[in-house]
Order: sequence, then structure tokens, then C-alpha cells
Amino acid sequence: MIVDAAFWFIVVLTLGSALTVVLNEKLIYSAIALLFTLFGMAALYVFLWADFLAGVQVVIYVGGILVLIIFGIMLTNRITSVNISHTSVQKGIGGMVVLGILFVLGVMILNTPWLQTEFVEPVQTTATIGTLLMMEYLLPFEVASLLLLAALMGAAMLSRRDE
Amino acid sequence: MDSLNTYLFVAAILFSLGLFGVITRRNGVAVLMGIELILNAANLNFLAFAKFGGMNISGHIFALFVIIMAAAEAAVALAIIINIYNNYKTINVDDVQELRQ
Repeated sequence: MIVDAAFWFIVVLTLGSALTVVLNEKLIYSAIALLFTLFGMAALYVFLWADFLAGVQVVIYVGGILVLIIFGIMLTNRITSVNISHTSVQKGIGGMVVLGILFVLGVMILNTPWLQTEFVEPVQTTATIGTLLMMEYLLPFEVASLLLLAALMGAAMLSRRDE
Repeated sequence: MDSLNTYLFVAAILFSLGLFGVITRRNGVAVLMGIELILNAANLNFLAFAKFGGMNISGHIFALFVIIMAAAEAAVALAIIINIYNNYKTINVDDVQELRQ
């Protein structure tokens, strides 16, 4: 009962702040709303027994990507202008298109016979993820590290001012 | 509450909101926020199928790779946006049309 209430509270929090992210007129408010969305997602991951992923979500998204986005806002606007506003265009048409896509998605979700297996709580997630990364998914893991290296070097090179 | 469809619907709504942000916002950083929402929706789907669809821990690993990709994407995208700002003094994606000046 109390778990149900907590679940729906988190769902409403997540979707409500996601709505703020895409609708608020002030860019910095959008960034702060994104913080709540990401925390809500981490909580939903806990409901899905993905405790390690919830931690990773908080560390990387909230601690990394969100800070990066706020840096981006600060660097691309004059700090002195308090009202960093941004407008949306063609909300009507965009909303209609998105509602259509959402409708199609909803019909698809309801009508697809999803393969559902009896679920058992995993004994240990982090240890299993580590083992799988080093055994079955070693190649994607190494490629991901290469991707990160390339992305970091590329970003550093791109954002450097030319002498 | 604890069913696959609930999570799929939450992810679908989140995806739609992110898409709405991407197609209506004209500020580059705001478009990036919409993309983050879309990636999070994909992650939620992966984890929902990991629990209910028998994907198990493999679903977690896919979600982990999505997060890694999102981090790389955010870093590069922001570097590009800052470069655009230095060149055009604006990050309105509609105003950035010329390939060279």
C-alpha cells in the first residue's frame, strides 16, 4: 500500500518535472526540473531492482551531465542577464504530432503480447554486472571506453579557442 | 502498479515529452535536454524488460551502455554548441544555417 503510494508519487514527480523541462520559459528552471526528473528515474530504477543502475544514474546524470548542461547554459548566455529565457515555437502542431505518436505507442503497448516471465529478485546485481562486463560483454565494454576517450578528446579540442 | 505496462506507459510519456522538447525548443541546450529525456525513457524500457521480460542482468548492461553513450553525447554536443555560440553569438538552432561565413 505505502509502496504503491510511493511509486505513484515518484511517477507523478518524474513526469511533472519532465513537463516543466519542456515547457518552462526560463532555461535555468528547465535545468533544475531536469534534476528532479533524473532523480525520479533513479527511484524508478530502484523499483525495478536495478540498484547499481540507480547509483550510476545519480552519479553520471545528476553529477556529470546536468552540471555540464548548466555549464553550457552559463557559457552561452551573458551571466548578467538574469532572464535566460527561451521560447518554444509551433507548440500546437508539435503537441498534436507528439500526442499522435503517444497514442500510437499506447495502442502498441496495449495490443502487443509481451513475453513475460516469472520474475525472481536477483541475488546480487553489481557483482553479476561486473562478471558479465568482463566475460560476455568485454568487446562492447572496451569499445565504450574507446568511445569515451574519443568523445572527451574531441570535446576538448572542439571547445578550445583558436590562437 | 507492478506491471510491465505501467513502466512502458511511463517511458512512452517520457519519450513523447522529450520529443516535444526536441521539436519545439529552439535553444540548443534545451534541445539537448529533450534528448536526455528520450534516452532516459529508453533506459526505463530496458530495465522494465530486464525485470518482467526475462532479460535479467543483460538489460542492466544495455542501460549502462546507454548512460555511457549519453555522457559522451552530452560532452560533444555541448562543445559544439559552445563553438556555435562563439561563431554566431546565438544558439538558436533556426538561425544557424550557414555552413561557412
